[in-house]
Amino acid sequence: MTNAIGEVEDNEVLFIIGSNATEAHPIIGNKMKRAARKGNKLIVIDPRRTELAEMATLWLPLKSGTDAALVNGLMHIIVKEGWHDKEFIEERCTGFENVLEVIEEYTPARVAEITGISEEILYETAKLYTSTKKAGIFYTLGITEHTTGTANVMNLANLAMLTGHLGLENAGINPMRGQNNVQGACDMGALPNTYPGYQSVTNEKSQKFFEEFWGVKLNPNNGLRIPEMLDEAAAGNVKAMYVMGEDPVLTDPDANHVKKALSNLDFLVVQDIFLSETAKLADVVFPATCYAEKDGTFTNTERRVQRVRKAVEGPGECRLDWSILAEVAKRVGAKGFDYRNSEEIFEEIRATTPSYRGMTYKRIDQKGLQWPCPTEEHPGTPYLHKGVFPRGKGLMVPVEYEEPAELVCEDYPILLSTGRMLHHYNIGTRYSKKLDSIRPHELAEINPVDAQKMGISEEEVVRVSSRRGSILTRVTITEKVKPGMMFMTFHYKESPVNELTNSAFDPVTKTAEYKISAVKVEKVGAEEAAAFM
Amino acid sequence: MVKLIINGKEIEAKEGTFILEAARENGIDIPTLCYDKELTNFGGCRLCVVEVEGSNKLITSCSSLVKEGMVVHTETPKVVKIRKDILDLLYSNHPKDCLTCEKSGECGLQDLCYRYGIKDGSYKGEVKKYAIDSINPVMERDQSKCILCGKCVRVCAEIQVTNTIDFTDRGFNSKVTTEFDNPIDRHNCRMCGQCITACPTGALINKQLKGIRPWEVKKVRTTCPFCGTGCNFDLNVKNGKVVGVTPNPDSPVNGKSLCVKGRYHSDFINSEDRLIKPLIKKNGEFVEASWEEALTLVADKLKHTRDTYGGDAITGLSSARCVNEDNFVFQKMMRVAFGTNNVDHCART
Repeated sequence: MTNAIGEVEDNEVLFIIGSNATEAHPIIGNKMKRAARKGNKLIVIDPRRTELAEMATLWLPLKSGTDAALVNGLMHIIVKEGWHDKEFIEERCTGFENVLEVIEEYTPARVAEITGISEEILYETAKLYTSTKKAGIFYTLGITEHTTGTANVMNLANLAMLTGHLGLENAGINPMRGQNNVQGACDMGALPNTYPGYQSVTNEKSQKFFEEFWGVKLNPNNGLRIPEMLDEAAAGNVKAMYVMGEDPVLTDPDANHVKKALSNLDFLVVQDIFLSETAKLADVVFPATCYAEKDGTFTNTERRVQRVRKAVEGPGECRLDWSILAEVAKRVGAKGFDYRNSEEIFEEIRATTPSYRGMTYKRIDQKGLQWPCPTEEHPGTPYLHKGVFPRGKGLMVPVEYEEPAELVCEDYPILLSTGRMLHHYNIGTRYSKKLDSIRPHELAEINPVDAQKMGISEEEVVRVSSRRGSILTRVTITEKVKPGMMFMTFHYKESPVNELTNSAFDPVTKTAEYKISAVKVEKVGAEEAAAFM
Repeated sequence: MVKLIINGKEIEAKEGTFILEAARENGIDIPTLCYDKELTNFGGCRLCVVEVEGSNKLITSCSSLVKEGMVVHTETPKVVKIRKDILDLLYSNHPKDCLTCEKSGECGLQDLCYRYGIKDGSYKGEVKKYAIDSINPVMERDQSKCILCGKCVRVCAEIQVTNTIDFTDRGFNSKVTTEFDNPIDRHNCRMCGQCITACPTGALINKQLKGIRPWEVKKVRTTCPFCGTGCNFDLNVKNGKVVGVTPNPDSPVNGKSLCVKGRYHSDFINSEDRLIKPLIKKNGEFVEASWEEALTLVADKLKHTRDTYGGDAITGLSSARCVNEDNFVFQKMMRVAFGTNNVDHCART
């Protein structure tokens, strides 16, 4: 997030696109609802009628995957009406002319046709967003989990730059990150193209710094991204894989392809706290500790680095994740893994990661610190881009609308979208009996019109199939989804939705189009349903 | 700034401050059961009444602003008598099961009855009696213990913004309940449990913490392991086991707020399904192994792969669920020990 969570409530306008915050980020969702309660305005852009949609001044139930066209249409109106921030564009941005050229083609009439949102509502949306400087954009995976995810994000940046909604309090572009420490894992360089602190592995200066720091020769080439790792494993070029605390069999798209790839490895090591679906395929499984059993830090979505504190000993013989890794590294002959505790590792993080340099366990003890925090005197940075962007001028890159990779057709007439729900988190919370007893099984959302057409009743078991797989699930009948649309979560291994999802990827990030797959829904016999339940 | 005198002590307070807050900031504790700084004023319990010189009636300090030159007395005989009467009325219409009540030890009513010496309710007659609502898996509701302070109603409306509960009926029959008096469950409630935190009595209870006395637990503040919001809370530890979660008001992101997952997830920590020994697959079946055997096997296999096919034949998935320190060592292991940049995690999946 460019801005802090504490600022959410005082955004006068919240432009919420592809985010079901009250389910996926409940505490931020509450702050959004509080903003609405105070009289601030919500613009909610989501094909589903979410809780936030109910509270919105404007709800735009666009056709799934038409986000780029919608944002282009809004920019078209904003420029035509002269509502853009000419001074901001002139002083702080570059590439405006290129964007202008593209959005020219996105007339309200054309955008209404593509998105299913009326010209009038498009106009109202553009007007409301530009009515104040205190207007922030909030998005999550509804924007990124598309084959056009990167383009969608760039387009939101275009919109914010066009209107000067950056470098200010209560504004900005705010992706709300999905996992507790996905921000931190990226910051730490658990990525194939960057060392800690986003220092490129192909940049000679960075390479040299880390080679000197760690005293070894480093590989100068970008590594493989997850989907490429799986493809190369399936092809036999990747021989071994080490998986820590992830379950790609349940969480990656096209699960059958994932299983095939992992089964083709010579050697698979999994380090986890439970015997996950991925761990079942492993040659060796290491028992690890969970967050309550370890010291360390998480970095949240607003870049705040906070302490994780050990409360209890782990069960049995389980060990700290870093200590297992360090032991393996030492045993294959590597140097520099003699850590005695997590704070020693954090000291090395500080020394190698400029944005963390000013942080210490002592400084972050009570309130944490938001990066960048370059020195021990620096107070941290609640919001980014004040006065200047890191690259100098903000680059506006035009984005054209492209159709999703898979469209509904006669054989697969229902559009399936996937995501999270309030009571569960990915796959781990199923092990909490309390949470599981609140929501013990999947309830795929289906519109009453479709349910009636197919003769399906509440909580009935149905078969859902795509070109890639076929699963059973119970359904709930609700107007939260439109006719012709279905929504499922990925929390339940009994209804593993990622056997259905499409592994068509965004070309830049290799993020899959989890939000759109074409499926069909069929009734099942009483015997099959009973066996499933 | 406004200057005033409370209990003979000269104090300064910001304009727009309530007397109760100004007193608290200066170490003077005025009792209340319905006031919470984060919620709108209710002025319902009347326990915070104080005497102000020049005024012949008692005023509620939670909803009266400080004024220049004000002289306030918070514990005069008149004030104390009123408080005792109010507590007597509340306790007369309250179950007398403090010895076995889950809230004992952190109950607002108990604390104030102790402070003002209320031993027994002197008003004998009908007392309210409701069935306990225990239908949902995480919370228990005993309306017989409700003192109608309305904090749960306000926290649900103003902090959680769900409006699951409100006051219904009048007078003696007045109660806090849901639409159509339905039991609280996932259909009408987000189950965040913020009403449990707000409740000063045993009317709302976290089932997970039943049977745990509040003074038996050690609290360890940490950061939530689920979504990216970064809420803090206290893990409650008894006899070396996590028994539940309570909020920590010092949390920078969430304050006292928690969601259903943050509040109730912690039983997974003690799950019987946790891995407790290294496992090695032999003939298609997992067999428990020693660390030495498992580490030797992994090191040998990975070393062999690296030395035979090159480091790029090894790939690693790090974890967005693990701490920064784990992630840092993971990428360093891949880069330094195996000579490859084949490290990634679920940020893209």
